[in-house]
Amino acid sequence: MPRPEVMDWLRKQFFPHLWCPGCGHGVILHAILRALNDCGKKREETVIASGIGCSSRMPGYIDACTVHTTHGRSLAFATGIKLSNPELTIVDVMGDGDCTAIGGNHFIHACRRNIDITAVVMNNNIYGMTGGQASPTTPIGAKATTAPYGAIDPPFDICQLAQGSGASYVARATIANPVLCEKYIKNGVEHKGFSVVEIISSCHTQFGRRNKRRTPIDNLNYLKSASVPLTKASSMSGEELEGKIIVGEFVKKDLPEYTEGYEKLIDSLGGKKA
Amino acid sequence: MKKDVKFWQGNAAIAEGALAAGCSFFGGYPITPSSEIAEVMAGELPKRNGRFIQMEDEIGGIAAAIGASLTGKKSMTATSGPGFSLKQENLGLAYMAEIPLVVVDVMRGGPSTGLPTSISQQDVMQARWGTHGDHATIAYAPSSVQECYEIAIKAFNMSERFRQPVLIMSDEVLGHMRERVALDEGKKPELVDRKKPTADPEEFRPYKPDPEDNLPPMASYGDGYRWHVTGLTHNEWGFPTSCPEEIEKKTRRLMDKVNAHRDEIVEYETENADDAEILVVSYGSVARTALSAVRMARQKGIKAGSFRMVTLWPFPDKEIEKIVEKAKTVLVPELNYGQMVLEVERAVHGKARVVPYNLVNGELFKPDEILEKIEEVA
Repeated sequence: MPRPEVMDWLRKQFFPHLWCPGCGHGVILHAILRALNDCGKKREETVIASGIGCSSRMPGYIDACTVHTTHGRSLAFATGIKLSNPELTIVDVMGDGDCTAIGGNHFIHACRRNIDITAVVMNNNIYGMTGGQASPTTPIGAKATTAPYGAIDPPFDICQLAQGSGASYVARATIANPVLCEKYIKNGVEHKGFSVVEIISSCHTQFGRRNKRRTPIDNLNYLKSASVPLTKASSMSGEELEGKIIVGEFVKKDLPEYTEGYEKLIDSLGGKKA
Repeated sequence: MKKDVKFWQGNAAIAEGALAAGCSFFGGYPITPSSEIAEVMAGELPKRNGRFIQMEDEIGGIAAAIGASLTGKKSMTATSGPGFSLKQENLGLAYMAEIPLVVVDVMRGGPSTGLPTSISQQDVMQARWGTHGDHATIAYAPSSVQECYEIAIKAFNMSERFRQPVLIMSDEVLGHMRERVALDEGKKPELVDRKKPTADPEEFRPYKPDPEDNLPPMASYGDGYRWHVTGLTHNEWGFPTSCPEEIEKKTRRLMDKVNAHRDEIVEYETENADDAEILVVSYGSVARTALSAVRMARQKGIKAGSFRMVTLWPFPDKEIEKIVEKAKTVLVPELNYGQMVLEVERAVHGKARVVPYNLVNGELFKPDEILEKIEEVA
């Protein structure tokens, strides 16, 4: 049961939620709310944005300023919100398809701009809501309704994509370690700049049942056994890392933040006096 | 009143009108022939404590503009054909979530990449029906640079008043043409701002309409209210619903909130229309040519008249129906294969012969061409 102050962040009237029993996304919702609460954020000054998909129904349950937008576009909406009111705290919750397929362009450009938004990417390697189609993070060989013989498309590494695109905070955890999820989300929210926290979630309904992880417990056990901390991974060979999930903080650096840059531009033009 | 005279390009006049209307956010993407609107906004907004952002694509441009509107800012995006197609999905979100926004389409030839530097009027039905689902459309078609400025102000006022996107359907000739604009010196335009809620934040229902105007007040993110915005069909609390009564109420209100004020929105201009036997119905840049042709026809003794639509949507059907009582023939010159002529036919109800006159070669009609057509059908 969440702490009372965390419960305050929930629109309790909508429970039970629409996610399947045992879905990994609830762990992430709880971690986000603990992180926001512990960062001292106010619900009236916090925006939770999302696109379309299972992950994107999360804002409906959060009693804050919430915006459920179009598929893949949430970061573009969030960019407009943040730029026009930099005082607001923005968390953008996305799925793997939302973030890296239809929304891939918005994702890499939000990373490039380094705008102060925290993107929490819930990666369950599948399109869950539409019935189990392959996503850009479905592993090679894994089965999906649109990859009935196993996926042949190489998957994205979301953290590498974020790092290569210029995000100034990049971390990965799995739902098997909720404390680490909370820690990285908190670090992301407190970090000034574009933060990407990839959380490996699980979908036993659409991914697991086709890929030998039929139950929620199968998935948690898999995530636990496959996780390797970044510190350990650095001394492992590529062969040893095959099929492993590297967890940790990949990027943490101070870079000029976008809305601050725009404020400086306004100041230099005397715009505040206008 | 003393006039402050400018020599502006149509695109610049739209940008200047937007700034005069209080626009403080622009999200966009470069596209010919509308890019000058973004360029003027990029230069002017930061000087006025506004924000400009060039997004990664057209979809991002409108998304950022909608996001800014959610924080209470008057916001705009501008584009042309291909970009207008790309913006349609998020335009639908703004209709559904009732978010004020001004979208400019500087029309060029299509379909697809078509004619980036040539005029057309091929997007006027897309303006009405481009995004999926039922919604009411407010769309203006300016026909002078002066009117680009005035309509930009009006578009913002209407979008704030009715809580929905308002479209400005300009065209390539108007966008790039420079002409005299006379502003009333020292006079500020009358501006409309969206209604703000006064309810207790704990009791706030973001989509509960006020009974007097069927419109809900709009909170801004950051001003103390917590509320949910979604493209899903929602109830008065803003939350998704599958209740047939709530769905019907929302869907009807999206239409009714505009339709009920249709007479206040519809605008048109007539010249020599009262006794006209041949009425030329036109809009945008074509209306300039049409008016010249009508005047030339009158000099030749032909009883021609002009009806210029300022609003394309809502369509001035009642007004056209009334005015054609005397006319035998209605000529509809358009730079497309025949789009608004279908609406004209509907409005005329068979009371007069409706003749389409279509040019689809990337050029604008010449007055002589329309005159000849008037003589032919008179």
